[in-house]
Amino acid sequence: MPYRHVVGPKTHVFADLATLMAKATPVRSGDRLAGIAAETAEEGMAARWALADVTLSEILAKPLIPYEDDDVTRLILDTHDAEAFAEIAHLTVGDFREFLIKASPETLTRIAPGITPEIAAAVSKIMRNQDLILVARKCRVVTKFRNTIGLPGRLSVRLQPNHPTDDAAGITAAIVDGLSYGCGDAVIGLNPASDSISTLSGLLHLFDDLIQRLAIPTQGCILTHVTTTIDAMNRGLPVDLVFQSIAGTQAANASFGVTLPILKEAHEAALALKRGTVGDNCMYFETGQGSALSANAHHGIDQQTLEARAYAVARPFRPLLVNTVVGFIGPEYLYDGKEIIRAGLEDHFCGKLMGLPLGCDVCYTNHAEADQNDMDTLLTLLGAAGCTFVMGIPGADDVMLNYQSTSFHDSLYIREVLGLKRAPEFEAWLEQIGLTDAEGTLLPEGPSARLIAAAPGLAA
Amino acid sequence: MTGEDPWARLARLTPARIGLGRAGAGLPTREVLAFGLAHAQARDAVHTPMDAEEVAKGIAALGFDTSVLASAAPDRATYLRRPDLGRTLGEESRDALAAVPSEPVDLAIVVGDGLSARAVHEGAAGFLTAFKPHIEKAGWSLAPVVVATQARVALGDGVGAALKARAVIMLIGERPGLSSPDSLGIYLTLDPRIGRTDADRNCISNVRPAGLSHDLAAFKLDWLLREAFVRGISGVNLKDGSGPALAAQPGQAALIDAATADTAQA
Repeated sequence: MPYRHVVGPKTHVFADLATLMAKATPVRSGDRLAGIAAETAEEGMAARWALADVTLSEILAKPLIPYEDDDVTRLILDTHDAEAFAEIAHLTVGDFREFLIKASPETLTRIAPGITPEIAAAVSKIMRNQDLILVARKCRVVTKFRNTIGLPGRLSVRLQPNHPTDDAAGITAAIVDGLSYGCGDAVIGLNPASDSISTLSGLLHLFDDLIQRLAIPTQGCILTHVTTTIDAMNRGLPVDLVFQSIAGTQAANASFGVTLPILKEAHEAALALKRGTVGDNCMYFETGQGSALSANAHHGIDQQTLEARAYAVARPFRPLLVNTVVGFIGPEYLYDGKEIIRAGLEDHFCGKLMGLPLGCDVCYTNHAEADQNDMDTLLTLLGAAGCTFVMGIPGADDVMLNYQSTSFHDSLYIREVLGLKRAPEFEAWLEQIGLTDAEGTLLPEGPSARLIAAAPGLAA
Repeated sequence: MTGEDPWARLARLTPARIGLGRAGAGLPTREVLAFGLAHAQARDAVHTPMDAEEVAKGIAALGFDTSVLASAAPDRATYLRRPDLGRTLGEESRDALAAVPSEPVDLAIVVGDGLSARAVHEGAAGFLTAFKPHIEKAGWSLAPVVVATQARVALGDGVGAALKARAVIMLIGERPGLSSPDSLGIYLTLDPRIGRTDADRNCISNVRPAGLSHDLAAFKLDWLLREAFVRGISGVNLKDGSGPALAAQPGQAALIDAATADTAQA
């Protein structure tokens, strides 16, 4: 049955729920590229009015991609928590927005397992940026491996020491640089240039050695394909976290060479290593709006809803970290700073509402209409929204992946402006080695000489 | 342990921006401005229009026939939002290409602006100068070199098919990095036709003064083309094995392959 909304003399008609969701999405280039965006600003608002009247139980009852066709749909429905959902089932999307704005952190935690990605996406489409910030800030998602991530008033940082040729000394130098700014409590995570197992072996040993020598309460990760990491674990290499890029449809995941059973196999293998000291959250996922369209696997669904479905893929694996790499994909999906900022807030909100530890790679490419000022804005908004982690990249310039993100310095900025602390174990370590004072502020003369001396392969 | 700042030594280990120092929670002014300048150059690389006539003139001066065409993307803003249009020839160009009388040839070469006209302005003629002797030595027949504006990599597929080429070579400006606004990518596709995917192509990336040299890129392309013609494949099933061949070349062994795994494809 089509959805309708009347504006003056005109009746706007939307053929089905997928069409309604797509047209209700704040405009972005990717949905236009897919030919599913609202044609006029009025049509977009009419779609939001109509969507506000749809009940959550109707959204649950109408899968956007058929159960038979897609294993992500099957995962969403087969693992749905009906008891948690009962409390909100009767609400319309419009009522749900108000419910969320008024809800306590305890309520949000209680209903999270009942929230499907389509429900999270639907309500986000009628929320303003301030709503997305206000509600996400109240969501409590805490994960643990060698430290505790996601506590209120805290923001963690992934230290990203990428190097164009995976040079060990160059990578180590970037890690020590980041540590000296107090970065790295989310993970020390490298995107390798090579995916060969011999390179991977060297890098895994390098990270393990460095973390052990300096006794850093954090975890390492080499972001290579999950099947390569499974191979590494089978060879007995020191793997802390398993990484994989994921998307919101079975076909898009297939284009990444990944299936749900492969993820399950990797998760079980990593759990069996028992390398976490304070917890066993051992998966690290990355996502980003537009990946399904880019893989021609979008089923006519808008890119923001598909992004939320990627979080449903992540959810059963109890990840330590989920990272939306928001502006990496390019302007054909998110055109400018305004679209990137909106998408970053939506992704963070949807992930948190579904109970996931959402961080954000606040980033852009040089062919997008965006610059570092837009990143400052998004970083500040995400800090206010209680974002779990952001990236720390030397000078915000990733010289391997050729894009710009947030820097070690940016983390100092956001901590000072919003009073955000690091993970408690990491914070204690920084104070213990004499890098920060008891408040977590960097001391003027930190121990960087000692860090350099202790790091493998950097001594003069 | 006296003398040099240890960060200055460490900074030489990586092109990453480490050891920048800080002013409280901020960057020193010189680093804010240096970043801003690098970004400005990358932006200019994306948005400066390619001077197609001038590029064609430079290539013609090397002894190649040339032809200037345009994709279906009418301007830069559309090009950035609609990659599909950048992969298709505009109507006039399609007609112009159809009017070129052509016998089957071994090679079609397309030079496209991609995401960095600067890379083409500064690098296309230089690369073709280095590659020309390889064409002559191999005896490959050649269609007119097409210079195409608002072009994506896959534009070469339709051009190569229309020119009845056994293989198409696309020289294209790559997505500029903050410290690489001038990087040229070279794509090889055997049996070009519309509908080819990235899996069907081989890429030689990061061709620029601070990256892979024109001579080395030409050597690699020569190797890939010979293999592609002999084995009848290009793309993921054709791995670049030019390393040993290169090492066997007297005087070339010392060249370092600076191409990275990142292809930053337009």
